[in-house]
Order: sequence, then structure tokens, then C-alpha cells
Amino acid sequence: MGELKLMKGNEAIAEAAIRAGVDAYFGYPITPQSEVLEYLMQEQPEERTGMVVLQAESELAAINMVYGAASAGKKVLTTSSSPGISLYQEGISYIAGAELPCVIANVVRGGPGLGTIQPSQADYFQTVKGGGHGDYKLFTLAPSSVQEMADFVGLGFEVAYKYRTPVMILTDGMIGQMMEKVELQEQKPRWTAEDIKGLHDKWATTGKTTDRERNIITSLNLESAVQEKHNHHLQAKYRQMENEEVRYETFNVEDAEYLIVAYGSSARIAQKTISLARAKGIKVGLLRPITLFPFPVKPLAGLVPQLKGILSVELSAGQMVEDVKLAVECKVRVEHYGRFGGMIHSPEEVLTAFEQKFIGG
Amino acid sequence: MEIKDIVKEENLVYKKTSLMTNKPLSYCPGCGHGTAHRIIMEVIEEMDAQAETIGIAPVGCSVLAYEFMNIDMIQAAHGRAPAVATGVKRTWPEKFVFTYQGDGDLAAIGTAETIHACNRGEFITIIFINNGIYGMTGGQMAPTTLQGMKTSTSPYGRNLSMMGNPLKITELIAQLPGTYFVSRQAVHTPAAVRKAKKAIQKAFDVQKEKKGLSFVEIVSNCNSGWKLPPVKANQWMVDNMFPFYPLGDIKVDGELIQKA
Repeated sequence: MGELKLMKGNEAIAEAAIRAGVDAYFGYPITPQSEVLEYLMQEQPEERTGMVVLQAESELAAINMVYGAASAGKKVLTTSSSPGISLYQEGISYIAGAELPCVIANVVRGGPGLGTIQPSQADYFQTVKGGGHGDYKLFTLAPSSVQEMADFVGLGFEVAYKYRTPVMILTDGMIGQMMEKVELQEQKPRWTAEDIKGLHDKWATTGKTTDRERNIITSLNLESAVQEKHNHHLQAKYRQMENEEVRYETFNVEDAEYLIVAYGSSARIAQKTISLARAKGIKVGLLRPITLFPFPVKPLAGLVPQLKGILSVELSAGQMVEDVKLAVECKVRVEHYGRFGGMIHSPEEVLTAFEQKFIGG
Repeated sequence: MEIKDIVKEENLVYKKTSLMTNKPLSYCPGCGHGTAHRIIMEVIEEMDAQAETIGIAPVGCSVLAYEFMNIDMIQAAHGRAPAVATGVKRTWPEKFVFTYQGDGDLAAIGTAETIHACNRGEFITIIFINNGIYGMTGGQMAPTTLQGMKTSTSPYGRNLSMMGNPLKITELIAQLPGTYFVSRQAVHTPAAVRKAKKAIQKAFDVQKEKKGLSFVEIVSNCNSGWKLPPVKANQWMVDNMFPFYPLGDIKVDGELIQKA
């Protein structure tokens, strides 16, 4: 068993990054995720592993520092929160276009605009439906515990390098700020220059040696036919992710007549709702998407024959509910419930909404 | 006598650096970019640093610099090259990292990245091509466009009260403690090219010594954007650009050069 610690979700991301052998973190302060940068500055990973930590002058600079370090074959992490992630979008689009691996965490707060600093899940569209310009997808992991905040850093890098693609950890101010017990992984060594040459010499810009052609990182193609081909190549990766990388969890679905679909903090709340409903004799189960892209379409569609209704629960005005509807192809009634703008629904509020929509209605 | 009788080993006094590719330059005839590219590549070749060098060219006419420079290169978003360079250099501190940026890129959209990379004293080299205009997008006003200068977005000439003043960003960043060597050069004559190359060499030396950020501005022509033939464009540059953007070292060994 690894070392156990009581940590905030944001701190868990930071500590997990050091232990995952991450080479660099670039970020800019924004509530509710500033603890990531603060923890790293306090912890001085430069002394522990040689990991570089730098506070950038803006989110624009931070995401482009990520772009630079990732171009040069280095494992690089950044974190921000909603308004900052909006500023990241240009860079994320370039990172996706240039096929660079990196991990980005969005500790979501209420919007739009400056919004609030309280938790929200209203960045679902921005994350899984684009965000930046062009046809690209972000592999998206949605942790629902501090443990998963830590675990998904390592998992994120595995997927990022497997596909040479940016990975998003979509979490929120609740998971980021709350403290839980977390089991930490053993320290992994950082890649050496030789490791990077061995692993990434086909593409990483580490300096042109005589044994290979020069490497170029770019997202530019002036010939549209070439750019279309590049887009097909990106799309093929996304299809492969849909086939190989779907992750989800179910709870009480075996005999369920109704289903709640919820991710991250809402899934935690919904679990309690299900206990309350079961106590009243209502057979409700939970499907928790862990990957939001790729969305667990098949597992969800597979439950349709036994279901009378699905409630999609999110801290938003209804974003993921669209993907739930697409997954079940309107074969079963799908409703949405959620508080938003920084407000958090209680398990009882979710149960009341469920009963009004499906039992009483 | 035919050309093959002349092109012989014993007659060679000059050859193209192997760090320039054979791809024909896409720049307009008479443009300074090609010369600037060449002297940077010559410096890297003379330092035998191809395997240690990463170049970064953001959006602008030189966005395709990676087609011509035979080194590992990163194409960056508009204005963000100093941040990209920071990401590379901080994680590969022993490599040479340089950016190659135009005036719109470096002094308008990328002002924050420029100033903060300079202020942090990143051990990188910034090559700044200043032709006072947006070349690639077709000749719009740049932050460095001179007073009264006509561009497609200042068709009656740059009006200072309406459009603001031309920005001497090189003088500005020279004030920052993070910069160690700051120089302004040109490549319009063989003598100027020699001086510019020397400045670039010094900039890379400073980077190697990890003394601070080194910055070389090259005042260049844009005959297409200025709507002048190349020779006249160079003369116009001498007559109009150089008085406002005077050539020479601005900061050497971390000390500002005192003008008499």
C-alpha cells in the first residue's frame, strides 16, 4: 500500500504530478485551484525530482509554456479554473492540432463571465464539445474523489502519450477544495534525455541530430487537402479512444427501473439520493461516466430495456443531458436536474426532482 | 567558358549554410527575412549547435520559417513565442532556444509574453524583425508603424492622436534587469549584414553563458507592404525607419549604452 495522506483535491493533483515524474508545471493563480501552484511552490519539486514549476504572467502564457515543453518531449501539467480555461482554449486547439501530449485540469467554478468561485459543472460543453476552434476532441477524465484527482494525473499522461493528445481532468471546486484520505503512488523517475530520445525522437523538438530528419511541431497546413488528411488522422484517434478508452462506474443498476447519470461531484451527491430512494422502495441506479469524452454510450444504451426513465444530474443548466439523450436515442425518457451558478444540489433536492419528474408526474 | 567551368572547389569563396534547406524562400523578392534566416543559421552552424538548437517561429510572414531552417522548430500561436520558448528552455536548460518574431507578433499581440520573458531573464534569444507593418495579412498598421506612414488600416497615414504612437519596444525591454544584451541591426547592405551577424553571435554567446535574455532587433524592409520596389524600400528604410529606430547596441553586458 502506498503512503496515505489527508489532502485537498488540488493538493492531490500537485503531489501526484511530482510522483508521476512530471517534468514541468506552468500555471496562473485563479480560485478555486490556486492550491496546486501554491503546493508545488511550497514543496519545491525541483529539489525532489528536478520538476520545473513556474508561475506564468497569464493563462495565455501558461498554456503556451505547456505547448513548448510538450513539443520538446517533456511531461507537462497545467491547471486552471473556468475563466482561465477559456483563455487556454486557443492554446488547447494548437496543442490538439499539433498532436502534443499534456494534462490540463479544470477546477470548474460557476459562470458565465467571472461568475462565482463556487463549484459548478457548467464547463461540460466547453470541454467535450470543442472549446477552441476546429475539429478536435479532448480526452476527458472526471474524478469524483480526491483519490481520483491523484490517480487521474498518471492515467492522464498514459493516455496523453498513447495518443499524443491533450487530456483534460474536468473537476470542480468541490472536489478541488475538499479533503479526503488519498493513497499516493510511489515516486516514478522523470524521463532522462536518453528516455526522451528513445520514446519521442520521431516527433519531439529536442534538437536535430545527424541520425534523423528535423522535427517540426506545427498545426499549420496551407494546403487544405493536406489539412483534411490531418483531420482524418485526428478523427481516427478519437474513434480509437471511443473503442478503447471508455471508463465508467455503475451503482445499484442490476434491478434498476430508473437511472441517474451523473459525473464528478454530482455523482457523489446522487449516490446518497439513490440510498434515499431505495429506502422508499424506488429502484434507482447510478451510471457515473468517468470519461466524458469518450462518453459511455454503449453501457448506457445497454441499460435502456430495463429503464422507465433517466435523470441526468449536473451542476449546470443541462449540458451532459444532451449526450445522455444521444446515447439512448430517445428510446427512454431523459430529464435533467441541477442547481447551477455555484449552487450545489442536496441529495434530497435531487430525489424531489426525480420524484416530481418520474413518480408523481 | 560555361558556368560548370567556374563552379569549382578552388573558386568557392562562399557557400550556402547546410542549416538552410533547399526549399525556395516564399518571401517577396528583396525582403530581409531570407538574409536574417541565413545569418542566424550560419551562426548556429559555426557554433556546431544544430543538435542543440530549437527555434520558434510564430504567426506572421515567418510562420513558415521551419520550411527553410534546417533545425528542429516549433510553430507558435500569434504572440506566444516567448512563452513557448520559456517552456522549452526551462525543461531543456542546456539547449539553445530562440524565437523569430515580427513586430505585430512581438510588440502588439505578444507584448505581455515579450516583456515577461525579458523580465524573468529567460536564457533565450529573441530575434525581432521590425518592418513597421503586418506583412503576411497584407500590409496593415503595426505597433511600430511610423507617424504618418500609410498602411491598409491607416490609409491616410498613422494619426498619432487616433492610433497611438509607434512603440519602441526594444528600448523598453532594454530597461528590464532580465535582459543582458539588446541590439538593433539591419540587413540592407553587406556591412550591415556583417554587423547583424556579429550581434546574433553575441546573443547566442550570452545565452550560452546564462547571463540573461539576449534580444536582437533587425529593422527590415517590406517592399510589398510599403508598396515600393526593393531598392527604394531600402532607401526609404534608411531615410525614415533608422532615424526613429537608430541602429546599434542598446544594452551590452547588462549595461545600457549611454548616448552622448
